[in-house]
Amino acid sequence: MPTLTDLPISTTPVASHDQYAIVNSSTSRFGDRLFYSICLLSAITVALLFLLVIGVQIHGSKLSFAAFGWKFLTSSQWDPSSDTESYGALPFIYGTVVSSLLALFIAVPLSVGTAVFLTDLAPLKIRQPLVSVIEMLAAVPSVIWGLWGIFVMVPWLNGNLVPILKKTLGFLPIFSGPCIGGSMLAGGLIVAIMILPIVTSVSREILRSVPDLQREAAYGLGATRWEVTRIAVLSYARRGLMGAAVLGLGRAVGETMAVTMVIGNVAQIKPSLFASGYTLASVIANVFAEASSDLEISALFEIGLVLMGVTIIINIMALLLIRAFETPGSRRA
Amino acid sequence: MLTPHQRYRKYKSAFMSGLAVFCAILVITPLGLILYHLLKQGIGALDWNFFTQLPKPHGETGGGMANAIVGTGELIALAMLMAIPIGVFGGIYLSEYGSEKVNFWIRFGADILNGVPSIVWGMTVFAIAVAPFGTKSAYAGGVALGFIAIPLILRTTEEVLVLVPNSYREAAMALGIPRWKIILHIILRTASKGLITGILLATGRIAGETAPLMFTILGNMYWNHNLKEPIAALPLQVFNYAIAPYDDLNRQAWAGALVLIFLIFILSLGVRLISGGMKKA
Repeated sequence: MPTLTDLPISTTPVASHDQYAIVNSSTSRFGDRLFYSICLLSAITVALLFLLVIGVQIHGSKLSFAAFGWKFLTSSQWDPSSDTESYGALPFIYGTVVSSLLALFIAVPLSVGTAVFLTDLAPLKIRQPLVSVIEMLAAVPSVIWGLWGIFVMVPWLNGNLVPILKKTLGFLPIFSGPCIGGSMLAGGLIVAIMILPIVTSVSREILRSVPDLQREAAYGLGATRWEVTRIAVLSYARRGLMGAAVLGLGRAVGETMAVTMVIGNVAQIKPSLFASGYTLASVIANVFAEASSDLEISALFEIGLVLMGVTIIINIMALLLIRAFETPGSRRA
Repeated sequence: MLTPHQRYRKYKSAFMSGLAVFCAILVITPLGLILYHLLKQGIGALDWNFFTQLPKPHGETGGGMANAIVGTGELIALAMLMAIPIGVFGGIYLSEYGSEKVNFWIRFGADILNGVPSIVWGMTVFAIAVAPFGTKSAYAGGVALGFIAIPLILRTTEEVLVLVPNSYREAAMALGIPRWKIILHIILRTASKGLITGILLATGRIAGETAPLMFTILGNMYWNHNLKEPIAALPLQVFNYAIAPYDDLNRQAWAGALVLIFLIFILSLGVRLISGGMKKA
């Protein structure tokens, strides 16, 4: 799909002026005021929506926060049975952190490589089609990635990739132990695939806004193509590319359906990537609909609050990094 | 003659270029794989019944997802009914009225809202539109999807409206046309294709959303035309059938996924046709 800045404007001729010839000034002033109010109200709605989503999450998690306090973040218990009811989010936080970092680790180099290819290497003829393909990749819904993950990717991982990893790198604790069904590895890989398009397209925008003077100066010094990319482009765009990666991290943390379908959903903290895991988003997806006690529902709201807080902080960081990059000598308006 | 070091630099450059090509190939591979598997698994399970019949319980043949397809249409319509006016008028405010400072915060808010995980929207809407009424409903699902679409539409609207040349606004004002008429009849009309593109993009985005529907619409196996009651949706049905332990339901999930992706690609094709047509004009 076209990026926002690419959206062109139609050149439909402006309506002929005679249909506005007679203007009743008092009704028009009223119309102006009314129209302005509608627009203002709509814009304010967006701010209200922000307050609403935060307010609801905070209100919902009150009960849980009163019962567990900060221990909620460090406890590993999730016990809904009525006499020993106790909740903690640590395994879910761990699962989210590990699967998101793994996803970034896989996706960022691939995305930056693709962005370099798209801006500096690819023949002009194939650039636009390739961008379109990446946009199509972005349009595939999470639940379809999950479906594909369950029936195609996980069996392939467990049958092909995992034995190879075990044989070659099995001495590392992260590649040890059995791999049955869903795993952290599967969760991280599916999230990596899902954040590829956004990291690629933001990286591409960043690289495109590196001034050509940078490149020309490096070529003028006799640099090879790769040296130009490394010295003049990548190091110049470092901060913006970091912003792209952080934006991808924000997406990865909040990703729900596909991860829920392939990560195994076992609340445990194991060093091995072959072990099953559980994330903040997937525990909400799996448990919320069936949660019976008020305290459990409240604990889930607190998990939602943690998830939202983390994504908001990550997104603000990404916006700041990208914006900080855009200001100096940026090529686009 | 190249010195060995120059040769090394040339080879290194060629190698890194090759690596970039390899990255690009790896990035598009998943799309090829998913389309291949969707077609392979989905086509076989797709027949006329799929579009006309209600779901049948596991073990009976011939069921379809007609109610979920219609349900998804209803949910999108409800969501857009709410999101288009708010998003478009909010975008007009940003582009035509707001001060630099106010705009900064509204834009910032919209960008943050765009990053809120969709499952959190599901919980929020559950708390405000399901719990108080005691039942999951099509309305609640529409509200959840609408909340996701509002910031998207707001941002695209603003971006296309600021592209309308200021001379249009000045010319119209010089004719004494009231501002609201200028905006509605001239600015919106000039930017109409961009607006429609933005709305289609948002539609494509919410059409496949599953997480916000899990706690808001419940899903069902029959026709329901009462929007105050639970309703079925294609993505949710795909999810439920995908995690079911039965082969026949899994096959239906593939078929549903194929229909869903087809729907989304048609929307994005529409976007492309509209924006492509604009570039030529």
